[in-house]
Amino acid sequence: MNNNSKSGSGVLSRLLRSQIVIPLAALLLLIIFNLIFDPSFFVITPKTNSAGNPVLSGYLITILDYGSELAILAIGMTLVTAASGGQDISVGATIAICGSALLRVLCGANSRPDQLQAPIIVGFLVACIVGMICGAFNGVLVAYFKIQPMVATLILFTAGRSIAAWINNNELPIVPDPKYAYFGGFIPGIPVPAPVFIAAICIIVIFLVLKFTTLGLYTQAVGINPSSSRLNGLNPELVKFISFVILGLCVAVAALIKTSRLSTINYSVIAKDIEMDAILAVALGGNPLGGGKFNMWASIIGAYVIQFLTTTLYKFKVSSDALSAYKAVVVIVLVVFSAPTVREWIGSKFKKLTGKKGVA
Amino acid sequence: MKKKVLAAIMAAAMVALTACGGAAATAPAEPAAPAAEPAATEEAAPAEEEAPAEEEAAPAASGELIKVGIINNDPNESGYRTANDKDLKAAFSEENGFDASFAYSLKNDEQITAAQKFIQDGVDYLLLSAADTAGWDSVLKDAQDAGIHVILFDRTIDADPSLYSASIVSDMDKEGETAVAWLEGQNLDEYNVIHIQGVMGSAAQKGRSGALDSKVASDGDKWKIVTQQTAEWNAEKAQQIVQSVIDSGEKFNVIYAENDDMAKGAVAALDAANISHGVGKDVIVMGFDCNKWALQELLDQNWNYDGQCNPFQSEYILKVIDELQAGNEPAEKTIVMNEKGFDATTITADDVENYGI
Amino acid sequence: MGNEVLKMRGIDKVFPGVRALQNVDFTLCKGEIHALMGENGAGKSTLIKVLTGVYPKDGGDIFLGENLEPVTIKSPQDAQNQGISTVYQEITLCPNLSVAENMFIGRQKGSIQNWKKMNEAAGAILNELTIPAKPTQQLASCSIAVQQMVAIARAVDMDCKVLILDEPTSSLDEQEVEKLFKLMRDLKAKGVGIIFVTHFLDQVYEVCDKITVLRDGQLVGEYEIKDLPRVQLVSKMLGKELDDMSDIKSENATYEKKEGETPVFTAKNLSSTEAVHPFDFHINKGEVNGFTGLLGSGRSECVRAIFGADRNLSGEKTKDGKQVKISKPIDAMKKGIAYLPEDRKVDGIVGDLSVRDNIVLAYQVLKGALHPFSKAEAYKFADEYIKLLDIKTASADTPIKSLSGGNQQKVILARWLLTHPDYLILDEPTRGIDVGTKVDIQKLVLKLASEGMAVTFISSETDEMLRTCSRLIVMRDRHVVGELTGDDLNQNKIMSTIAGGEKNE
Repeated sequence: MNNNSKSGSGVLSRLLRSQIVIPLAALLLLIIFNLIFDPSFFVITPKTNSAGNPVLSGYLITILDYGSELAILAIGMTLVTAASGGQDISVGATIAICGSALLRVLCGANSRPDQLQAPIIVGFLVACIVGMICGAFNGVLVAYFKIQPMVATLILFTAGRSIAAWINNNELPIVPDPKYAYFGGFIPGIPVPAPVFIAAICIIVIFLVLKFTTLGLYTQAVGINPSSSRLNGLNPELVKFISFVILGLCVAVAALIKTSRLSTINYSVIAKDIEMDAILAVALGGNPLGGGKFNMWASIIGAYVIQFLTTTLYKFKVSSDALSAYKAVVVIVLVVFSAPTVREWIGSKFKKLTGKKGVA
Repeated sequence: MKKKVLAAIMAAAMVALTACGGAAATAPAEPAAPAAEPAATEEAAPAEEEAPAEEEAAPAASGELIKVGIINNDPNESGYRTANDKDLKAAFSEENGFDASFAYSLKNDEQITAAQKFIQDGVDYLLLSAADTAGWDSVLKDAQDAGIHVILFDRTIDADPSLYSASIVSDMDKEGETAVAWLEGQNLDEYNVIHIQGVMGSAAQKGRSGALDSKVASDGDKWKIVTQQTAEWNAEKAQQIVQSVIDSGEKFNVIYAENDDMAKGAVAALDAANISHGVGKDVIVMGFDCNKWALQELLDQNWNYDGQCNPFQSEYILKVIDELQAGNEPAEKTIVMNEKGFDATTITADDVENYGI
Repeated sequence: MGNEVLKMRGIDKVFPGVRALQNVDFTLCKGEIHALMGENGAGKSTLIKVLTGVYPKDGGDIFLGENLEPVTIKSPQDAQNQGISTVYQEITLCPNLSVAENMFIGRQKGSIQNWKKMNEAAGAILNELTIPAKPTQQLASCSIAVQQMVAIARAVDMDCKVLILDEPTSSLDEQEVEKLFKLMRDLKAKGVGIIFVTHFLDQVYEVCDKITVLRDGQLVGEYEIKDLPRVQLVSKMLGKELDDMSDIKSENATYEKKEGETPVFTAKNLSSTEAVHPFDFHINKGEVNGFTGLLGSGRSECVRAIFGADRNLSGEKTKDGKQVKISKPIDAMKKGIAYLPEDRKVDGIVGDLSVRDNIVLAYQVLKGALHPFSKAEAYKFADEYIKLLDIKTASADTPIKSLSGGNQQKVILARWLLTHPDYLILDEPTRGIDVGTKVDIQKLVLKLASEGMAVTFISSETDEMLRTCSRLIVMRDRHVVGELTGDDLNQNKIMSTIAGGEKNE
């Protein structure tokens, strides 16, 4: 009996300890909920869009589509969280800045041009540079001036949208070329939304980076024990700085998708509150928000879980001003369940349960 | 630990303050504001301070500039506010005989501080678009004691009407009623409406939702709400809300979006699902605020209706100032502006130029 | 007998996969200082934690005083209420509060505090125990030893019958230890039963009356101190007869030094931001030298300056005769220098990472960010060194923080050995480690030296230094005050150099 309960609790405790179980459990819960109340949730139907291209339509596609930006941001946010032990709350505002810079390049000084003033790729590269500069700004404050990440990023959080408006003289440019809408919509002939591919590329890139560089080990070491990392030859400041620059790059990609969805930008509302969702994705992935170890898959799944939740709530017509209340409930449940004491307690309860079964 | 948290909060507060300062400072440095640098007035202020109340009676007549302090919300808040700010800056220029100072904030307390400063500077008129309705009594009393006329624009406040000379407002309820009346005039067999709301509790949301809500309540057979959710003025959220309805396969034939951005988001979702919209098509698209690009959509027959929320308040304000300069009290305390609703079938290119913001 | 304050009988404690305690008995009498000894992992901490209610026990009974009824201890709070107080190695008080506040915090009933009364009461206790601290003084301004004593005063004032001191001396210097011992003797005279957990054999023989030895979770025996000579104690702890520990140096072949060989490393006029006075230093191939001196005399700061861990203010360094610039740790690592830091927790381990990641970390950094080791390579390295250094861990994937202190230290040692340095600096590699591991590490140092590695070895225990080093650099007040070799390498000479102060000796 002793042996039995031991191995049983071993598997369970290993499962409980593995952090990917948190977002997976949340995902499972949402899937079961939807299966019970409306299985049509999972139906995907082929259609054609107004441009005459074949597209797939259905809630699952919607989730993959709209979860893309969040998944991309979650990548960067995970690294920042792990390395610096804090979060970047300026993400939404920097999306506005990058998006604004992108449109400024594409549209030139005139906010309503008849044709593109520069190739899209140039605009995107400029957005990437702007994003990395914003990230570098935050990174310098955090890594070298030792300002708490939330405080440091508060500066761009507050000023970012004004800067975005200033870049375009407060005009709201509209990109005239329908090709620009591909990035946030559909590429002709491909029935899956383009953001899904962009997110997939980002995910693949980050996994290649994690595999072929030591970024993962370095970030975790710096996040867990900067002093020891320094004595092992690492430069903790540089590692933190780099994590913010990577997040800046993720922001630029997200800005491309966001501005492409409507071919325009609204400085005050674009990507509003997305930083909170990105942080929530990291937390939902079971990553400690105090830095240190991270699991990239868990964060990415976490991002899609959040979109799953949002879409489910829209589907069931939960009045959307109550949306944040539901998210708050999720946060509370998460925080409680990711607390080590609670998990230990659940583990011990379960052990007792299996122990009793063993006796019987 | 406690110390650390406290330090963090204080640091955050300080950064926020400085950052706000930075944001506010960038705002006036726009091309449309040549004569209205706040810094300039700050310098000019002490010089003119010695001549406060007695000269104010007829400054314009004697060729002197009328000093005006304008407190507005942040022009970056929306296209509407940008247009509003531009309009004011154009109207209260030096050529038109004004020495205008601008202060921007979305926070009531900062606005009140700005008002106090304008009173100290001895402005002749204080123009105010308040961030919040409460808390203005004492500062307006100070203004009154200093002989300064207060004119409210765009937003009303909870204060005794005797404390201000006039209040120029949009009637949001009327905007909603005009739009719903237009929609009723389309004589559809049934109305299945996707109702996309603005930020809950804002005046615009309340006015524009109210008319539709009461119509649905009174004529429930014909008028149905497919979904009613807030996209918080945000195009992407509107896109998702409409996408969700499309995914569910429910029927709808009207999109009633409480601003242009959200209507645009909704249309993006329709396009992706190949649902036709506009004049003579499957879905009627309605927006508000009359952005130039939105009116263009009307002109192109992609949308059906756009309701105006008039940002061009300067002409009304100027009228009031003329009256006051002549020594008369304005005839009405509350002046409701004319606001139109544009129909895609009747809109002209001139309308787009004149009314687009 | 009749004067027992605590009896533990047949205590069992099982963790998943491990029987941490098996049928352990422990008896503590009134007015007795009782050492609890054993290697790391022998079950000392577990026994203490069972006694203080941190872990529930799986079997056995605990009796307090004369009672015939066994008691159950549900939590540390509960233990305290029943008269069992614990003072840990790490100070668990609040450094930013005053001494008196620390003594009374969490104890007063009601929310209103009479400050004057509290300070008076605290003053009285401090006086009685002759602890050199003022009640209103901020705790952080006291030395570590005094803080430790305040923690003890707090425990004693809570009317404790059993006082557990868990490695209280490991961060104290000798004078401070003396003060602590005096306090312990005072308490003993007042009839308090004290359980003393420590690694320092000298200290045990200085203050204790009895010794209980544990090994592998089982009771080896309880002994009167006078009946158990040191060598026997050590052999009981290790469970084997000792082949004379004191003479390991001669067992190893020494490295044949060739005349005229350039030193592996030299430093001239070196000083750093950590207020070390400029000093000269050199080390040859195959040599083991060491810095000695009292705690705080600057021995760690010297090696940190060598490694570039603290910013250098002046000095020139050469490696293998060539001038080198070492301004940060990575520079030193690239030159083949390795440094095992003094504070394992703060500077050594990366707690949440696995043993494997901890072992490969430094080598990985050396190899560069674009050339990560594959999983297989990393496992190979880890397994190799786990075996070589006999690191006790469930697997290479276990987080290092769940290992015992000695094994953590071995992991850090493995990390640096993996970089194949020519010059290895070990700062207190044996602190807080059981005797067996200590000897292992000393032997390893001598073996490495015999293979040609240059090693600088720092330890608070002079014995250990004498056993391993062939040259000692003596420090006082951040100055190098002497260098001892050959026949001068003995306890007396070191003491007199530290104390005497004249360099010409």
